Amino acid sequence: MSGPVELLGVAASGLLVLIAVGISAWAGLRLERDLITAALRALVQLLLLGLVLTALMAPGQPLALSWLWVAVMILFAGWTVHRRVPSVRGLWLLSMGAFAASAVVTLGVLFGAGVFPVTGTTVVPLAGLMIGNSMTATILVSRRIMAEFKDKRLEIEARLALGHPSSEAAKPYLREALRTALIPQVETTKAVGIVFLPGMMVGLLLAGVSPLGAVQAQVVIMYLVLGSVAVTTSVIALGMRRILFTHAHQLRLPNDE
Amino acid sequence: MNSQPATPTNQRLPTAAPDGALFTFDDVTVAFGKAQVLRGIDLQVPGSGITVVLGPSGSGKSTLTRLCNRLLDATGGTVSLRGTDVRDLDVLELRRAVGMVFQRPTLFDGTVRDNFEATGVSDPARHHEVLASVGLDANFLVRGAATLSGGEAQRVCLARTLLMRPQVLVADEPTASLDEAASRTLEGLARGLADHGVPILWVTHDLAQVERIADRRVLLEGGRVVAVE
Repeated sequence: MSGPVELLGVAASGLLVLIAVGISAWAGLRLERDLITAALRALVQLLLLGLVLTALMAPGQPLALSWLWVAVMILFAGWTVHRRVPSVRGLWLLSMGAFAASAVVTLGVLFGAGVFPVTGTTVVPLAGLMIGNSMTATILVSRRIMAEFKDKRLEIEARLALGHPSSEAAKPYLREALRTALIPQVETTKAVGIVFLPGMMVGLLLAGVSPLGAVQAQVVIMYLVLGSVAVTTSVIALGMRRILFTHAHQLRLPNDE
Repeated sequence: MNSQPATPTNQRLPTAAPDGALFTFDDVTVAFGKAQVLRGIDLQVPGSGITVVLGPSGSGKSTLTRLCNRLLDATGGTVSLRGTDVRDLDVLELRRAVGMVFQRPTLFDGTVRDNFEATGVSDPARHHEVLASVGLDANFLVRGAATLSGGEAQRVCLARTLLMRPQVLVADEPTASLDEAASRTLEGLARGLADHGVPILWVTHDLAQVERIADRRVLLEGGRVVAVE
C-alpha cells in the first residue's frame, strides 16, 4: 500500500468505530447497526473511489474521463438534493445546474489562474471537494427557502398585492434563506486553524508535506469551498424563485395543488 | 374621515364597462387538485358602493377575492375588470389598481414609513394624507410595525393600499382579527371610501357587519352563489 497509513493501521482505526458502537449500546441509543453500516459503507465507497481515481489518474488516461466522472458526481449530488427536499418540483435539474455553474466558476478560477494544473490528479478531487461541500448548503438553502416562503406567505402575497414583481416580493425572504445557508460556512472559515484543523490539511501533514505547504493548499481549498457554496446557493435561490412563482407573479407552493 | 382621492392613476386599465359592472365573473371555476372551491360562479359586482360577500367558512369567499387581482387564476371561466379579462391586463398594474386588504394585518419589518415606501410612493405629504385618512396622526410614520395594535396595524395596511390610489378596494375579512371598536373604525373608513367613489368588495361572515355596511349582498355556499340582494 502506498500512503502514510498501512492497512493494519486502517484496521486498527476500526477499533474507534467499535468504541462508538459500545457507547451506543451502553447508553441505549440503538444506533449500533447504523454506526456499523455507516462505517462499512464509507469504507466500501472510499475503496471504490480509490479504484476509480487510480484508473483516472493512470498515465495516458484521457482527461475527458475525469470530466465525465465529474458529470456523474453532479448527477448524483443533484439526485441527493432532490431526495432530501422532494417537495420542490424540478430541484434535481436545478441543483445539477447549480453544481455545474459552481464548477465552471470555481474550477475556472483555480485552473485559469494556474493554481493547479488541469490533470486527472486535480480535476476529480477538487470537483469532489467543491460538490460535496456545496451539497449540504444546497439542501439547507432549499429547505430554508421552502420554510421561509410557507412561513411568510402572507407577507409575500401582500407585497405582490402592492404590485411588486415576484423578484422584488421574494427578495427579503430569499436573502434570509441565503444568509442562513452561508453563515455556517463563514463561521467554519473563521474558526479554521484555531478551533479545528481541516481534514485535508491533517492528511497533507500526515503525508509528510511541510506545515506551510499544507496551509497553502488548505487556504486554496477553503476559498474554493466558500466560493462554491456561494455560487450554488445563489443559483438555487434564483431557480427556486422561478419554480415557486408563475409568470403572472403568483406564489405557488407545492401543497397548493 | 378625510377624503381619499379616488382618481385612477392606472390609465392603461379599462375605466368603464358597457354594462357598468366593475368585476364580472363568468362561469368561474377554481379547483385545487380534485377539490373544487368555486363552481361555475356567475356574478356582476357593480362599480359603486360596498358589495359584501358572505358565507360560511370554506364557501370560497377568499378564493373569489384572490381572483380579482390575480393572486390566483380561475381554473375555468373568466374574470373581467370593467369588461376586460383580467388575464389580458398587465398584472402588476392590475394589482396597483385593485387594492387589497387581507384578513390579518400584514405589515413588513421596519417602520410605518418603510411600509409606505414599499409601495414606491415616498412623498411625505402623501404619507401624512393617507395616515390622516385612516384616522392616524403623522407620529405613526416612525412607529415600528411590530409595536402597533391589531387595529392600528390594519389601518396602516389600509393606508398603505390607499397610497397607490386604487380604483377599487378588495377586503378579505379585514376585521376578523380585530376587536369591536377597531372593526367599527374600519367599517367607517370603508364607508367613507365608498362614498368618495372607491367601490369596495368586502368579505365577511359576520351578519351584523353585513347589516351595517352592505349596499349589496352576495351569498356564497359550497363554492356557488346562492343569493344576490
